[in-house]
Amino acid sequence: MSTQTEFSFDVAVIGAGPAGLAAAVAAAERGAKVVVLDAGTQPGGQFWRHRPESVIPEPDGHGHHGWKTYLDLRARFDAAASRGMLRYLPNTQVWMTECEDAGRFVLRLTPATGTALEAATVRATKLVSCTGGYDRQLPLPGWELPGVMAAGGIQAFIKANGTLPGRRFVVAGTGPFLLPVAANIAEAGGKVVAVCESASLANWLPHLGAASGVPGKALEGAEYAGVFAKHRIRYRTRTVVTEVLGETSANSVRIAKVDADGAVIAGTEQLLEDVDVVGFGWGFTPQIELAVALGAETRIDADGSLVCVVDDRQASNVPGLYLAGEVTGVGGAVLAVAEGLVAGAAAATGEQPTAGTARQIQRHRKFAGAMHQAHPVPEKWDDLLTDDTLVCRCEEVSHGEVVHARDALGATDARTMKSFTRTGMGWCQGKVCGFAVSCLSTKGNDDAGAEQASLAAFAKRPVAAPLTLGEISALDSRQPQDS
Amino acid sequence: MSTTPQRITVTLNATEIRADAGQSVGAVLMGQGIKAWRTTRNEGKPRGLFCGIGACYDCLITIDGQPNQRACMVEARDSMNIEGDFDA
Repeated sequence: MSTQTEFSFDVAVIGAGPAGLAAAVAAAERGAKVVVLDAGTQPGGQFWRHRPESVIPEPDGHGHHGWKTYLDLRARFDAAASRGMLRYLPNTQVWMTECEDAGRFVLRLTPATGTALEAATVRATKLVSCTGGYDRQLPLPGWELPGVMAAGGIQAFIKANGTLPGRRFVVAGTGPFLLPVAANIAEAGGKVVAVCESASLANWLPHLGAASGVPGKALEGAEYAGVFAKHRIRYRTRTVVTEVLGETSANSVRIAKVDADGAVIAGTEQLLEDVDVVGFGWGFTPQIELAVALGAETRIDADGSLVCVVDDRQASNVPGLYLAGEVTGVGGAVLAVAEGLVAGAAAATGEQPTAGTARQIQRHRKFAGAMHQAHPVPEKWDDLLTDDTLVCRCEEVSHGEVVHARDALGATDARTMKSFTRTGMGWCQGKVCGFAVSCLSTKGNDDAGAEQASLAAFAKRPVAAPLTLGEISALDSRQPQDS
Repeated sequence: MSTTPQRITVTLNATEIRADAGQSVGAVLMGQGIKAWRTTRNEGKPRGLFCGIGACYDCLITIDGQPNQRACMVEARDSMNIEGDFDA
């Protein structure tokens, strides 16, 4: 049976985004036999997502940043594949990672879409996990209405389809990522009614030193300023969406000014009507469950995200496991590529990064730290929630139920909350509500380690993607033969 | 530069429609003004695209008889049969 096919490699790379492409290329060019597993149907990840190459064979990179870098990595990726050094398995999700006694990694696979799968299991001596991240979400009244999307989801829609998911948009949350999303919408012909940034841009003032270390980001900012001026996009700072309104889908939003803690300033509320798509993004959540399942050490990053700890070769504390990109701390594509190149090289030969590369990574890390501090999740974000506000979209658990479980039943961490309320037990397994549930569960707990412990316990999910019982029953549990 | 997109025909709840090749199932539905194609198990609330990149599973739909496919991830193909909780 084809699902029992056994594949063995020197290096397995999970993810074909900026970090994964770079890692795969670096390893293959050093003579390692590499396999790349990716949920997408073509390389690029979310950052370089583009229309299907079966329809648009030569994408022009419009609306993309670093497209030249992509083309370079892609050419080297394709070359390695044609030399037989790199095996690319698209439309493939890793649902479990294990480490065998011999020190080899075992990856259990499931198709991302459909039922066809080239291999059910892949084994590799070294593993580079470059699983990226997704928009971090916070619940608020009306966020479950159709028409409400992740900010990155809107961007992915435009990049992948060449069309818009609506007509009139509001983009809200925090962080520089809201800017390219709004710019992409406007350039695709949509109306951006407002961009609501909860932070004050004055937050950047203490960090100008870190910002000047990465001048490319300032240029990118200037580019967006131009697009905003051309399309008359209103960029409102210290402003949040307090509620999305609509019967069966979003049709308007309420916005308000907030103070430095994120509390709504009375009398500043405004209704924006005729809005059919609302995009939210509060930074990103790195997707670290595969690394956590293998025992990777974690820490809380400057943005409050749980991320994995790596050394200067991108090596985790787990022998043979390397990590690159957002999983080591959200820092953008340039940093992800640099880390991927280091991780791929280290996985293949154990080599150290050059001093120049190490400095580049340091500069970008510093910039990311400044960005996270300038665009925090507002402290009082949960003031907007009513008892009825859904917190967990999959299992339809309300804020009232979560607060009751915390205050009356003692569910003071996300894992206990999960058992008591079913938050995070549905299809997405807490990817969407995990951060918010953890904040709400640990609220009032002054122990500095409580948030990390809560997030870390929640991130421990040995089964990382939904799969059928049939796939489990077909599992090949035979000992691998040496090859 | 950009070429005229190939056209495909897909079936949405037994209604045939024409769409551009290379779009996701989610995009084809949104192009028809359909924003929701699933209702939730407990409260029967409408759901469609949310995360847009395969993380949230809000956009699940039945494609060619196979349930629980993510509409944001599946590329629409000619003669594809798409069934969900929506009026085509």
